[in-house]
Amino acid sequence: MKKTKFTWQRKDLLGIQELSADEIFHILDTAAAFKQVGERNIKKVPSLRGKTLINLFIEPSTRTRTSFELAATRLSADVVNITANASSLVKGETLKDTALNLQALHADIIVIRHGAAGAPHFLSKIVKASIINAGDGAHEHPTQALLDAFTIREKKGKIAGLNVTILGDILYSRVARSNIWLLTKLGAKVTLAGPSTLVPHVFEQLGCRVTHDMEEAIRDADVINLLRIQHERQRKTMFPSIGEYTAMFGLNKERFARTKPDAMIMHPGPINRGVEIDSDVADCSRSVILEQVTNGLAVRMAVLYLCSGGQPA
Amino acid sequence: MSVAPIMDAAAIERALARMAHEIVEGNPEADAIVFVGLRTNGAPLAHRLATKVGEILGRELPTGELDITMHRDDLNLRETPPAVGLSDIPFDVTGKTVVLVDDVLFTGRSIRAAMDELSDFGRPKCIRLAVLVDRGHREFPIRPDYVGKNLPTSMTERVTVSLAEIADKDEVVIEK
Repeated sequence: MKKTKFTWQRKDLLGIQELSADEIFHILDTAAAFKQVGERNIKKVPSLRGKTLINLFIEPSTRTRTSFELAATRLSADVVNITANASSLVKGETLKDTALNLQALHADIIVIRHGAAGAPHFLSKIVKASIINAGDGAHEHPTQALLDAFTIREKKGKIAGLNVTILGDILYSRVARSNIWLLTKLGAKVTLAGPSTLVPHVFEQLGCRVTHDMEEAIRDADVINLLRIQHERQRKTMFPSIGEYTAMFGLNKERFARTKPDAMIMHPGPINRGVEIDSDVADCSRSVILEQVTNGLAVRMAVLYLCSGGQPA
Repeated sequence: MSVAPIMDAAAIERALARMAHEIVEGNPEADAIVFVGLRTNGAPLAHRLATKVGEILGRELPTGELDITMHRDDLNLRETPPAVGLSDIPFDVTGKTVVLVDDVLFTGRSIRAAMDELSDFGRPKCIRLAVLVDRGHREFPIRPDYVGKNLPTSMTERVTVSLAEIADKDEVVIEK
């Protein structure tokens, strides 16, 4: 592997929007090294020995929280999990006070998921600990976009010039926003597709193409990234029924047969079999859904290492 | 600052040839010898030593490369995190005589990190240490088994090894 001359300077990972292409490549290169650790006899390195990571998950999550917890454990950090209903937030404590309490406990890294966009940015201004955004509202989910990019680069050998179609609930998706920022920064051609209520043309301002024609969206795609319908974020009905959504935009066998022969199928999970994706397609050899999970661990190890390795002077 | 030459290409070649013979002599169970170089400079030296030992024994010897960054003990002391690289050990080290190879032995901290990391890959029968230059000033109880050149230095001097595989020439110099 060629050593990059680039030096990482950030203590927080708040979003993809503020990262440069060099910073993104540096995270991906670092993740490649950490992916190897998972393939060893002893899947643990001492890089973050003595550091404490707090998973502050104000919104429910299993896979992201588990992934961060495992990533931190493999780096030898100590991990404490705080979930919404177990925290003092239900007793009326503000997010700021919760964070200051965590700081008083000498937390080195706080991984936060919160329903409000900007919550991690707010915390980063009031505590010294590293803040890692694990999803803030419909704003950003930077480690998901990074693991998606890692997976694309590993499988396709590059990102620049690829046609990437993101399909489904774009409007309420932080995964979509982080992915759009990342992929366009690295030179991919991004197409967004889905019902017009969930994929408004305003997204064209982010440098991608918007279409509501499913056939056209998948025809030339090298990568198809399917998103789940975020029922929990939709305050009103955005389409007539799940059945109609599946009929119009579900990736079924017939549509899958009309994609490019090497088109890769991605999904950030949790997948809803028979809704946005057919079981056969989810389990086929061109689906990398489970590899995304494995790569997520490596990418999160890289992010934790970079943001806490070295004390900011 | 002055730069003084310590070893040229021929001297490096002679030192490695002698070390290769010492490795063969010191390890009767030659079947179990493998080489692991510390990145960056230890890696090409490991390949060269493996080739020379292999010529003596008449067979190829497995050679791997180790990036020790994740096991460094100074991560907390640095302002920015050092770039981590890939390790490549395409064989099982369990039960093997592992010859660790590095260019310069100084404080011994890199070797401590390398031994820790190597243990993550398996349980070697024993670990030997081969270095091109031993400049002294150990901070850990570590000593080399095979040395190309013993070079007394002061703490402020800097020993730089260039290798053809990386820097397009073979040379050891000391800067003071």
